[in-house]
Amino acid sequence: MDAAVAEKPTRFETVMTPAEPVIMKERKPKIVTEGVTVHYGDKQAIYPLDIEIPDRAVSAFIGPSGCGKSTFLRCINRMNDTIPTARVGGRITIDGEDIYDPALDVVQLRARVGMVFQKPNPFPKSIFDNIAYGPRIHGLARNKTDLEEIVENSLKRAGLFEEVKDRLQSPGTGLSGGQQQRLCIARAIAVNPDVILMDEPCSALDPIATARIEELIDELRENYCIIIVTHSMQQAARVSQLTAFFHLGTLVEVGDTEAIFTNPQERRTQDYIMGRFG
Amino acid sequence: MNTHIVSAFDEELAELRKLIAQMGGLAEDQFGKSIDALSSSDRELAEKVIASDEKIDRLEKELEERAIKLIAKRQPMAADLRAIIVAIRISSDLERIGDLAKNIAKRTLAVDEPLPRSVNAGMKRMAELALEQLTDVLDAYARLDVGKAQDVWVKDSRIDALYNSVFRELLTYMMEDARTIGMCTHLLFGAKNIERIGDHTTNIAENIHYLITGGAPKGERPKEDATSITPVQLPAK
Repeated sequence: MDAAVAEKPTRFETVMTPAEPVIMKERKPKIVTEGVTVHYGDKQAIYPLDIEIPDRAVSAFIGPSGCGKSTFLRCINRMNDTIPTARVGGRITIDGEDIYDPALDVVQLRARVGMVFQKPNPFPKSIFDNIAYGPRIHGLARNKTDLEEIVENSLKRAGLFEEVKDRLQSPGTGLSGGQQQRLCIARAIAVNPDVILMDEPCSALDPIATARIEELIDELRENYCIIIVTHSMQQAARVSQLTAFFHLGTLVEVGDTEAIFTNPQERRTQDYIMGRFG
Repeated sequence: MNTHIVSAFDEELAELRKLIAQMGGLAEDQFGKSIDALSSSDRELAEKVIASDEKIDRLEKELEERAIKLIAKRQPMAADLRAIIVAIRISSDLERIGDLAKNIAKRTLAVDEPLPRSVNAGMKRMAELALEQLTDVLDAYARLDVGKAQDVWVKDSRIDALYNSVFRELLTYMMEDARTIGMCTHLLFGAKNIERIGDHTTNIAENIHYLITGGAPKGERPKEDATSITPVQLPAK
């Protein structure tokens, strides 16, 4: 009798979401950063930042404009190298390999880490040549048939092939905005990357084209490590499994997307995603 | 918590809270009156309670419509989303409490003789406790007081304990005198309704906990209602 009484709860005990993202237990980390900092001249844009990005999953970076999320994204394929005043510190590894190692070939790195930008930017070439360009310069195709196969496969994976198969020789710039963005994704896929970085890939697209891209991202995550920077919280909630919230150059909170959008632990994350004054 | 950048959002959320407060006030009032009607065989009061239930139903519909519009318009996240979902859930518990009060009032019309004194006292005590719990939980919601919600959650077992004794007592009456079966059956349902009101009140307490912490309460709530496993033994002939 006493034992039975003792087992009854006398107060609420809360089942809380775990601090460690569940996704990191299910996937191995693809990208690991330690103490990454970025300076533009004297101005510090990123304060020491540690994060693990899971493989075969979509990670979303969210945060207000100027919070450093795009800057950080651009560190991952060393796009910041192209800005003369930018200095990157700390360590970033992909599959354990330091990508800032002086011996590393940046061109090879950018083939492994593809990027898709806010505005679709197809080359002023035919649809076919847009895709074939990368495989050609990286010597991925032995002959014409090989190359045609790569182009077809890339377009198929990007969900664009059916729409353009009869006009592969027409200019890529003649496609609609959503089709151009899928062309850019196909172009990124063509060189067999491990990682695809997307910087606001849907912000210039209408809702239907956006839905197509989101559907595509969801399919691609089976084979790639994808990172998406987005201003649309709904988009981050829909497409990603891991969400990282940035503010003023620091990583405020990272966690399973579900947890971040239903019950964030940090006050600043909460205020941002609920649209409140911070 | 900081206010929203879009101030209309704050006003719309406040509107939901106001509707819950109104529904809660009505539910308390209806429940109190239904018990008064039953214990003093006041048919006129019972009719009033039955007629007024529709007000709570109307408020629930209004709240639901507003909540749906809010979700569609604002795409709420985190605590905002919880506030809206919890408002919908609490309103449905309050609407059920209103229905149960109406049902107690209906029993008044079906029982046309005075209640046995000790049963009357037992049911009134149950109702007092349940009403106090309801008042406390509405207070906890208005003040976002998780401690108070927790007290309500734990204290429901007192109502269960009283229900057990009313149940046994009514069984005894029925076994002693078959002519009381009609009245006692109605009273048994009445007591069950009060016990159910207690359960809805604890649902509200759990939702307040979720609203504030974002987590579900762990484990089983302490319960003492044993009537569903109480055997009924007829006296030997």
